[in-house]
Amino acid sequence: MTDAALPHATVATAASTRRDFGLKRRHAAEFRFRLYGIVAIVIGLGFLAILLVSIFSKGYTAFVQTAITVPVEFSASIIDKDNERATNPRVLVSANYPVIARNAVAKALGVSPDDKAAMRDIGKFVSDGSRSTLREIVVNDPSVIGTTRNVTLLAAADIDSANKGQIDLSVPESKRKVSDQQVAWLDRLKQEGAISTPFNWGLLTFGASSRPETAGLGVALVGSLYMMAIVLLCALPIGVAASIYLEEFAKKNRFTDFIEVNINNLAAVPSIVFGLLGLAVFINFFGMPRSAPLVGGLVLTLMTLPTIIIATRAALRSVPPSIRSAALGIGASKMQMVFDHVLPLATPGILTGTIIGLARALGETAPLLLIGMVAFVADRPTTPLDPATALPVQIYMWANEAERAFVERTSGAIIVLLLFLALMNLAAILLRRRFERRW
Amino acid sequence: MSLESAATIAAPVSRPNAPPKMQGEKVGVFYGEKQALFDVDLKIEQFNVTSLIGPSGCGKSTFLRSLNRMNDTIDGCRVIGKITLDHDDIYDPSIDVVELRARVGMVFQKPNPFPKSIYENVAYGPKIHGIARNKADLDEIVHSSLRRAGLWNEVKDRLQEPGTGLSGGQQQRLCIARAIATKPEVLLMDEPCSALDPIATAVIEELIDELRENFTIVIVTHSMQQAARVSQKTAFFHLGKLIEEGKTEDIFTNPKNKQTQDYITGRIG
Repeated sequence: MTDAALPHATVATAASTRRDFGLKRRHAAEFRFRLYGIVAIVIGLGFLAILLVSIFSKGYTAFVQTAITVPVEFSASIIDKDNERATNPRVLVSANYPVIARNAVAKALGVSPDDKAAMRDIGKFVSDGSRSTLREIVVNDPSVIGTTRNVTLLAAADIDSANKGQIDLSVPESKRKVSDQQVAWLDRLKQEGAISTPFNWGLLTFGASSRPETAGLGVALVGSLYMMAIVLLCALPIGVAASIYLEEFAKKNRFTDFIEVNINNLAAVPSIVFGLLGLAVFINFFGMPRSAPLVGGLVLTLMTLPTIIIATRAALRSVPPSIRSAALGIGASKMQMVFDHVLPLATPGILTGTIIGLARALGETAPLLLIGMVAFVADRPTTPLDPATALPVQIYMWANEAERAFVERTSGAIIVLLLFLALMNLAAILLRRRFERRW
Repeated sequence: MSLESAATIAAPVSRPNAPPKMQGEKVGVFYGEKQALFDVDLKIEQFNVTSLIGPSGCGKSTFLRSLNRMNDTIDGCRVIGKITLDHDDIYDPSIDVVELRARVGMVFQKPNPFPKSIYENVAYGPKIHGIARNKADLDEIVHSSLRRAGLWNEVKDRLQEPGTGLSGGQQQRLCIARAIATKPEVLLMDEPCSALDPIATAVIEELIDELRENFTIVIVTHSMQQAARVSQKTAFFHLGKLIEEGKTEDIFTNPKNKQTQDYITGRIG
């Protein structure tokens, strides 16, 4: 029934006569649309939950590390058998510390040092990293030689995995990494209270290592930090200056249109291309060192610039033109207009864009592979010119390792990276709130 | 509308013997290829209110904006002819547009206070032009400007609050205070009341009448009653041409031109 079909009299008299606008159909369509939206959000959140659960369930164990606390006898006959440390301090550095560690654990377990096979097993029980732990103690304080004191040593990666219950003991002994004997020792030490699982600071401080228990993100964290600093120092001023010029000063003509199109295109260029560019320009042409955070930072700067420029221009454009007229109308120069009024209002947008660009750069892997930042670097870099790796590259390298302990470390590193990204996004939100003004 | 009532409200105090403060000779304005203003000759008398009226798109705002070179900010805008301020050609290369705009202030259609404190809004102009020698000086300029804009009593206790928190009418008076704080000689007003309610409009109109003591005022308005109430001189624009100009009472009671008559009686526009 349409209202055209209604006689005029009916409309005028019958107040209850309602016209059919297809309201039911419209409401149904709206309901369906809202349903689609909710379904889309649920799917998205579901995948996010799966991702987070899988990473956190695999990775949280990487943040603790099994350690063995045993009385260690700093035997002079092993460390410095010719008693020449007064004249030649190097003997303290090169002493056979693994034997001391092995002997200490053997004594705690009541294993005779003459049992060669058992001693070999015990050698695989404590981490090789105990060498540097003990060396540090002795070098710092040579008076410990000849005494016995309690020292906490790292357990080997396989023992660590067994202690965390990651090794299936129902598998026949010959097919697993940990022998029944080692499991028995582990249980015995546990009963004696010698096994502890402290927070794994090594994960955040150690450099690269082929032994999982002494491998850490130290080098990658420092490398990423240097690169972020370089990106921030280079990309922010250049990007903001370029945007202000393009947006506020440049005449709109073919040339600026051309530049604009190119900036937008650059933002879409795959990052590995920037890596090739960095390799060709910074390393091959300018002769900068390989694997250096300086080069990585510069490559990531190139990659981040278009993002920052686009965000900054959008932020500048969103400042109401009336503010510009107001400033110019009382005789402000263009520069005063920009720096006194437009830029402060655009700051939240610029900061958000910058931090999002930085976060993207922090998670970037491909260009760093090309400039040699995928390297085995054991020592933390002191300057941006020293070799280093980066967080995502470290994840990539660990993901290629086979040991069970590297699997959890890979997830642990991903958690660290995600944490940094979340912190940066939080900073973006907070800065936005802090600087936002209403008008 | 009734022409008689409009004419009786206006109180013209023109001083015809004084030299014009600003003068346009054969002023034309182009936006790109399109000419928006043709051959405008208009004298703006000192300490008078000159109102520019006409239908939308007639070029009155364009003419107003060429008086302090705000048109410069529009890409592709070009002004021909000659506009003088005290006999100096304001489009002469030797004239700095910053200095010009300090001498010819402007109030816009929509109140546009800076998103800063009320004090900062008024103090910004004197600060950048170095008018105030010290803080006390600046305070005095801010206070007197707010007083002259009739805003002092309403904001004296909250000078540090944001100017954007005021009501529309107060914001517009804040913008007027901001404009007069740089001690301009001419004040341009581009439909200053079009975004305001009738009470706020009445306050601003009263203010314009007071400001005439010290400033030469040019106002663009869509309201013919407003033109009749506040101005001593009226110029009627139509399709980019200046059709008629003269004393406000003459324009409204005895227009010489047929088009003017049609407009003020509401037949075109």
